[in-house]
Amino acid sequence: MSIRNLIVATGLLLSTSSLALADEPNVEVMHYWTSGSEAAGLDVLKTLLEKEGVKWADSPVAGGTGMNMVQVLRARIASDTAPAAAQMHAQQVQAWAAEDVLADLSDVAQKDDWASVIAPELVPLITSNGKYVAVPVNVHRSNWLWYNKKVFDNAGLQPPTSWEEFNAVSDKLLAAGVTPLALGGQPWQELDLFESAVLGLGGPDFYRQAILQLDEKALQSDTMVKVFDQLRKMNKYVDSNYPGRDWNLATQMLIKGEAAMQIMGDWAKGELALANMQPNVDYGCVPAPGTKGSYVWLTDNFGFFVTKDPNKQAGQTAMASAILDKGFQEAFNLKKGSIPSRIDVSMDKFDFCGKAAYADRAEAQKSEKSLPSLAHNAAADATKTGVFLDVVSTFFETPSVTSKQAIDQLVAGLKSAQ
Amino acid sequence: MSMFQTSSQTVLPRRQVLDGAGLRGWFAKYASQVAVSPSIAIVLIAVYGFMVWTGVVSFTASKMLPNYNFVGFDQYVRLWSNPIWRIAVSNIFTFGLLFISISTLVGLALAILIDQRIRIEGFFRTIYLYPMALSFIVTGTAWKWILNPGLGIERLVHLWGWESFRFDWLINPQYAIYTLVIAGVWQSSGFVMALFLAALRGIDEDIIKAARLDGANGIAVYRRIIIPQLGPTFLTVLVILTQQAVKSFDLVVALTAGGPGNSTHLPATFMYTQTFGRDQMAVGAASAVMIFMTVAAIVVPYLYSDLRNQRDDV
Repeated sequence: MSIRNLIVATGLLLSTSSLALADEPNVEVMHYWTSGSEAAGLDVLKTLLEKEGVKWADSPVAGGTGMNMVQVLRARIASDTAPAAAQMHAQQVQAWAAEDVLADLSDVAQKDDWASVIAPELVPLITSNGKYVAVPVNVHRSNWLWYNKKVFDNAGLQPPTSWEEFNAVSDKLLAAGVTPLALGGQPWQELDLFESAVLGLGGPDFYRQAILQLDEKALQSDTMVKVFDQLRKMNKYVDSNYPGRDWNLATQMLIKGEAAMQIMGDWAKGELALANMQPNVDYGCVPAPGTKGSYVWLTDNFGFFVTKDPNKQAGQTAMASAILDKGFQEAFNLKKGSIPSRIDVSMDKFDFCGKAAYADRAEAQKSEKSLPSLAHNAAADATKTGVFLDVVSTFFETPSVTSKQAIDQLVAGLKSAQ
Repeated sequence: MSMFQTSSQTVLPRRQVLDGAGLRGWFAKYASQVAVSPSIAIVLIAVYGFMVWTGVVSFTASKMLPNYNFVGFDQYVRLWSNPIWRIAVSNIFTFGLLFISISTLVGLALAILIDQRIRIEGFFRTIYLYPMALSFIVTGTAWKWILNPGLGIERLVHLWGWESFRFDWLINPQYAIYTLVIAGVWQSSGFVMALFLAALRGIDEDIIKAARLDGANGIAVYRRIIIPQLGPTFLTVLVILTQQAVKSFDLVVALTAGGPGNSTHLPATFMYTQTFGRDQMAVGAASAVMIFMTVAAIVVPYLYSDLRNQRDDV
């Protein structure tokens, strides 16, 4: 093939691929929801949009819990070929908004009355300078304690409601030869434990001071020492082979009865459902020790990148509106294990734990105990979250580090992360 | 270049090329330069250009996307105050030294053993060389299972009845870095063996025969005669293994993901995490510059001596 032919062919190829999208409303969606249930959930959205005549171009980037996608997304934005929409965590919405690349969704927000249907605690993180810049797809809860009912019944135990009870229950389980806590030693899983310990031992106000305001006094308080001491105690409640284990393998231990409890977000339900475990029959879900009444949330959102192409804009508006469609909210969240980001969706089809999460959220909203999750990029930006990740995981897996040293590292790290 | 000019001059007188054929003549004359110019341009932009750009970014306040608010050496101060970076730096020296020296020794030993004119030599060569055909991701994943105390070697020995046996380096923050060495050596020593074997086969048989006539035994022949002649191969091995060690990223990602307790981070994984996971592009760039300067400190003297030798040869 001569060079001229090659150029002509490439040109044709490029023009057809862009033509296919150009003359009708369209939306290119970049996301990392590639697992079976997640992809099935997104398919509902795609069908919904295609009914409205919006063409959906799928751009999945698998793996790395989204880090790979962030890498691709940045390259696309730097080269001025941003996708129409991309999946992002709450704090990522704020980071992109600060770069001034997200489209203003105020019009569709006004039309669909977002202000009164979206869970109010999400609003500060999906708005920037008073404008809506992202749409929340779902809300997960991270302060869940899952337990194997059979193991608990055999040992004659009740699920713990405080960290003190947790330690007592765990000692009994150890004596009975069961691993008390199923854990994967990955930084974010250890931060999940830390988060629940901060809330469970210090209460919602302490959580706000230490995690949301990063108040130095709170970080250096005796309560924080207690939190790290509790983590150190948990070293003996996990099996020796925990480092590096994926969360779903830890859930498998719970399913098989090798371990009794797991502190994990409600995506764990997916694994439990795959193993034919029934909520409230084979496994139970209660708030993590000491966190009853509080709801620690995280959310997946779609942000839309500024574009001048009217067809793309039409696609973006349609998608933003469709994400908050009641039917989609129900269908997607049933598959994902989360609960709707709207506060007015019927929960009839959801399982026991889903209904409990929805009711607990409503309760927590009233008493201002609805708190953003640190381990899942809702409470602090990536840099500060990174300091917590580094310190907590190093502390957890290095027995020679004392609680006081960990706190010093935390304070020093947060200072340089300003 | 000089070779090309002389040959074109012998084929066609220079004046005729310029006058007679115009553009075509010019093209014929400079074809080689034209042919390499795209690759030179790509290397200049994509390698050296971005090296400079990374250096520039490391002096800015870039977070999520690059920006050009210059902040001097602030990012380097932050880099060196980060405990994980210091772990990564000490790790690269531990890992690099052990990985390079053990791979070289094992590779040389294997080459000498295979050099004994054994039967089915090709079979053994393939076995030892084969790990090189795998990516570090595959090696890392396989070794993650082999070294996992609940799945691999430790469990196997327990099943054999030796219940007190412990081999838990992978989950022990103090020893986890050595598991990277094990997997790395397994992957690379076969390749080192191939290089040494080729060099051994290139040594003049007559010298060895002469030495044997003089009464040198097998060990002495290798120690005094063969190995000293392998100098250039040692250098090649050293350079290849050094760049492999410095680049090590996928092995860590697959085997330990930097854990347990951040004990196995290397500069490359640190750089990736800071840039893409922590929105600290400038700190990531600063760490990249540090890696580059370390490599330059090794490579530049090598290149310098190499170039000087070449000039001496001419």
